[in-house]
Amino acid sequence: MSSVKRKILVLSGKGGVGKSTFTAQLGWAFAADENVQTGIMDVDICGPSIPTILGIASEQVHASSSGWSPVYVQDNLGVMSVGFMLPSAKDAIMWRGPKKNGLISQFLKDVDWGDLDYLVVDTPPGTSDEHLSIVQYLKESGIDGAVVITTPQEVALQDVRREIDFCNKVGIRVLGLVENMSGFVCPNCKTESQIFKPSTGGGRRLAQDMGVEFLGAVPLDPRIGKSADYGVSFLDEYPESPASIAYLDIIDKIKQQLGDV
Amino acid sequence: MNVVEDTPVSRRLRSVKHIVIVCSGKGGVGKSSVSTQLALSLRASSPTARVGILDVDLTGPSIPRMLGLDGHPVHQSSDGWVPVYADGSAARLACMSVGFLLKKKEDSVVWRGPKKNAMIRQFLSDVRWGELDYLVIDTPPGTSDEHLSLVEHMAPVHARISAVLVTTPQAVALLDAMKCLSFTRATSIPVLGLVENMSGYVCPCCGEVSNVFSTGGGEEMARREGLTFLGSLPVDTELVTLLDAAEAESPEELAALPEGGSRRSFGLLERYERTPTAPLFKKIADRILERLASVQQAPSTS
Repeated sequence: MSSVKRKILVLSGKGGVGKSTFTAQLGWAFAADENVQTGIMDVDICGPSIPTILGIASEQVHASSSGWSPVYVQDNLGVMSVGFMLPSAKDAIMWRGPKKNGLISQFLKDVDWGDLDYLVVDTPPGTSDEHLSIVQYLKESGIDGAVVITTPQEVALQDVRREIDFCNKVGIRVLGLVENMSGFVCPNCKTESQIFKPSTGGGRRLAQDMGVEFLGAVPLDPRIGKSADYGVSFLDEYPESPASIAYLDIIDKIKQQLGDV
Repeated sequence: MNVVEDTPVSRRLRSVKHIVIVCSGKGGVGKSSVSTQLALSLRASSPTARVGILDVDLTGPSIPRMLGLDGHPVHQSSDGWVPVYADGSAARLACMSVGFLLKKKEDSVVWRGPKKNAMIRQFLSDVRWGELDYLVIDTPPGTSDEHLSLVEHMAPVHARISAVLVTTPQAVALLDAMKCLSFTRATSIPVLGLVENMSGYVCPCCGEVSNVFSTGGGEEMARREGLTFLGSLPVDTELVTLLDAAEAESPEELAALPEGGSRRSFGLLERYERTPTAPLFKKIADRILERLASVQQAPSTS
């Protein structure tokens, strides 16, 4: 891991808020500069979505003398996920913690990542084995920070408070909070409505209360989910959409937080 | 007949007729919302039905919030933990969650597998549910420690377990739903059927239906896999708001309450029944009841 400059975790506490989609956009955005080497590591062992979202679901991992070789989306964007190692996408991975920890350790030690400018780690929901292990294994070489994703409703914010509490407990810097699925513009009448109502002030208020940076809000756009299902980059497909503009603005802020601008 | 193993869990669950596990593989598809609605609907299905809801999402418990029970403490009695009753003195909707055991709501539960396993065993063996017609179990995403622990500890009552799968229509969620289905098959748990959640969103301004997370994927999966399709539910902002903002009582009010009780009349159920989703979910609950009857014979109360 000494050949990796920046290590960023994407966390959320709650499931289905857009961690993997955000991870993929972040990876694509970093790799848009062809001189920047980027890696994405998916440690959601039981529900790996990264291969589908990046359009490489049918790929297999290859082993070489220097370890496992990541799957490359493009020359400067390598990906590792348990999804590449299953005989069938339908199979459930019924593993308890220790086995998951073993695989995460292998992802870090035995994958031939090469020299990376950024390694973005996508995590499963919660604060359990996967999270403890990744923090533990990366502690030595240092984690640059975590991006925390939420949706606006209180049920999600509750879990996100716990996730930020976790970051504080284990000493990970929170780069900032992203509010996803924030408002929906009807394609017919162009009126914006709140699908997931921020009944307690949403992500902005939570960021304020917990003293973390609010990175921005991304509106809900059905084309984001569709792009994920088809494995294409939303940022490339719809660069002019409000969601893309929000994403890019957030990514700029993350770079600022890291001091990489 | 198999010899039924006698364990603390089997003794405790002897008085529970049906155990329904709600699972999904993917997070954020509405497991907790479906679990809550299922519990409310089952409670309403007969004037005497007694329902329990157990939240085994240990690192992200949502059930207390959804039932308006945030901040309730759990009491210990000589006969185990007293569940929190969402309907107060009627005591027909009992709830247990790790959320009740936390001091502050933003406290994280950072536990590895073995500790989660121990907690689940305790939930199954030490909660004083009493006689229950239905125990609904809300699970976290995935197919890992919590799920394996549930199945393992409930092995003696395996014949009374069944599962409801929840998915959203997009491909990424269906992929995880398939994994969840593989899990139920590997553990021989009968699947009552599949619910497609967040299927379309009606614009409150013009009524246009947008398929925010695609549509039809769940129904298609049910057909392909030979599962009963229980129904699809659109995104209902009234329901989201109801389950999100269900107010918890203030600490002073809580202190004045009798053990494990809640003073409010069961307003949540009344308000729930006025949401656009309630009549749709009623049909789903009816199908679940039909399926339960065909999958499991109600055991004699011996």
